[in-house]
Amino acid sequence: MTAAIELKGLYKSFGPTAIIRGVDLAIEKGERHAIIGPNGAGKSTLFHLISGRYSVSGGGVFLHGENISNLPPYEIYRKGLSRSFQVTNIFPNMSVFENVRCGLMWAKDYKYSFWHLVDRERELNEKTAQVIEEIGLTSRMKIPAGVLTYAEQRALEIGIAAAGGADVIMLDEPTAGMSHSETDQAIELIRKITVGKTLVMVEHDMGVVFDLADRISVLVYGEIIASDTPENIRNSKAVQEAYLGAEAED
Amino acid sequence: MSEITKTAAPTASRPILKTLTPWIGFLVLLLVLPNIFSSNAGLYTMNLMGIFVIFALSYNMLLGQGGMLSFGHAVYFGLGGFMSVHFMNYIEEGLFTFPMYLVPVFGGLIGLVFAIIIGSFSTRRAGTVFAMISLGVGELMASSSLIFVAFFGGEEGVSGDRTTGPELMGIDFGKDIHIYYLIAAWVFVTVALMYLFSRTPAGRMANAVRDNAERAEFVGYSQRKVRFVSFCMSGFFAGIAGGLFALNFEIVTEENLNALTSGVVLLMAYIGGVGFFIGPIIGAVVFTLLQSILSNYTDIWQLYVGVLFVLTVMYVPQGLTGIIMMHTTAWRLKRVGGLIVPYIRIGIPALAMMAGIAAFLEAIHHVRTASEDDVMMSLIGIEFDSHALVPWIIIFALAIIGGVVTKLQYPQLKDAWETANKLPASGEGVGS
Ligand SMILES: Nc1ncnc2c1ncn2[C@@H]1O[C@H](COP(=O)(O)OP(=O)(O)OP(=O)(O)O)[C@@H](O)[C@H]1O
Ligand SMILES: [Mg+2]
Repeated sequence: MTAAIELKGLYKSFGPTAIIRGVDLAIEKGERHAIIGPNGAGKSTLFHLISGRYSVSGGGVFLHGENISNLPPYEIYRKGLSRSFQVTNIFPNMSVFENVRCGLMWAKDYKYSFWHLVDRERELNEKTAQVIEEIGLTSRMKIPAGVLTYAEQRALEIGIAAAGGADVIMLDEPTAGMSHSETDQAIELIRKITVGKTLVMVEHDMGVVFDLADRISVLVYGEIIASDTPENIRNSKAVQEAYLGAEAED
Repeated sequence: MSEITKTAAPTASRPILKTLTPWIGFLVLLLVLPNIFSSNAGLYTMNLMGIFVIFALSYNMLLGQGGMLSFGHAVYFGLGGFMSVHFMNYIEEGLFTFPMYLVPVFGGLIGLVFAIIIGSFSTRRAGTVFAMISLGVGELMASSSLIFVAFFGGEEGVSGDRTTGPELMGIDFGKDIHIYYLIAAWVFVTVALMYLFSRTPAGRMANAVRDNAERAEFVGYSQRKVRFVSFCMSGFFAGIAGGLFALNFEIVTEENLNALTSGVVLLMAYIGGVGFFIGPIIGAVVFTLLQSILSNYTDIWQLYVGVLFVLTVMYVPQGLTGIIMMHTTAWRLKRVGGLIVPYIRIGIPALAMMAGIAAFLEAIHHVRTASEDDVMMSLIGIEFDSHALVPWIIIFALAIIGGVVTKLQYPQLKDAWETANKLPASGEGVGS
């Protein structure tokens, strides 16, 4: 079986500085995969390389066996990979409802249509309302996304990414800056929307990681130093030394 | 930048009647207007207004809805005009038969064709690059209009005759009132179509790309294609507006596609408010009124329009529509009435100040331009000597005292405003 995502010798440098230094990784279909690592290790950069935000300097990214290196983000999305951002990245002047609907339209095959009226597309609107219900923003549906609270914006961020039902979902620190109860809710939400899908997520909260992930990769200074089950990662000497050591330096 | 209409309820579609009410009102207004303003000047102004309404709305498909700042939108308006006037002549010469009232379609088509050509490279980027390309293309077109004389008619332009086509139920569009109804019909249809476009997936994504072009790419949309679609639509409707201009004035010149006209449309959209669908409509109406009324009384009307534009940019970037929409909270709380007296209290000194400033500008203009011995000037029926001291003292007094009193009145308006907008303690959802 081909992996959902496969990285082969992936390499990225900005000018002379190498940020991702030869990453090989295979994430199986249906797997919940967490990427952990100290600040500045290159986790977000790795996400940007996979999702098409950054161009690849070397090596390749494969989605279901197909080389997607250096494709524009919208092509990668259309091949079934959707992502959220560490720094909230929404449509601030549009309503919450519209934000989610924008995340649905391509998936529902509307493309660049100028002959459908969105308000009359019953199924589209019902699905939008359902996603909003799932992310718990029903009462906030009509207000501009820019005025939501931080936690609500994070939920919306996940909602936009997940709305289209892509089979690979990548979440970059979905719970960053959330309180305990908010984090718990967010994790429930992530669990729910990723049933039967492949999930790749960056997360700092170790409780969340060990609870949710099937497998964990540890990225340190642009290299994967371990990729294994939560059990083995927890007990790995190398990980503890490298990761915790690097963490202590911050 | 909220939309003027709220997002439809997710499950139940909005009741048809509620959706249609504003449109019926609009239609009635269009039908009634010529009965109220039936003079030739009135019809002339309203015809121009209608043309500018379409033009300004088409412009706002770029600026307000798509986040594209264009300095060359007159290109599509002007080309639409030239194409249409040529077709008017073909019809007159009997090259083929075609109803005159549909000629603007050709204007739209040429606008569309050129938008496809130019948009194919100019929509690659938004922001400064787009703005610069639009400026360059605008200059290019304006200068080629003086080179390709066969199509653009050189300095004197191309003229036509709208009465030569086949008649529509005995109407040959010779009278101003006929052309009014023709323009009104086009206005109604194109405004509706442009509104509907904003409610399609392409129109919604135009808003999304304006808001956050990068994120749009991560939900499957190429920002460039989204802009391209809006750009083409915008060119099409601008071309229609140009076609109506040709029908109405029966002459099209280089001026219709040069930078001046591009500036005017930007001005109209901005003054009206680019964040609202109806903003450019209001902007076009106000601009046309200022143009046709002020220009009867003063040579420096463009200065006033310019000042209005600068004030809008500086103090109310949401435009005139934004000012109206600021009152929705108070309106919903039924407290707008409480603002009337405060507005009058600040309005009178403010008017005095503006009158003073305007009189100052007019007097300077008179001193600078009138011949030596022609010292008498008249303002709103008052004759005075622009070289004497007393009128100047009065002018300064008006401006300064008006200004000071306006300033003194500001706190009471602020208080009244806060009272009018204070939400009831229960915090009942007035947010949307
Ligand atoms: N566009 C860029 N140009 C130059 N350097 C960059 C760029 N993007 C990221 N970097 C650098 O790459 C390194 C890795 O950044 P990245 O955001 O991927 O880290 P991270 O693992 O996501 O960290 P965090 O946990 O703080 O989110 C950082 O040192 C950062 O400064
Ligand atoms: Mg990061």
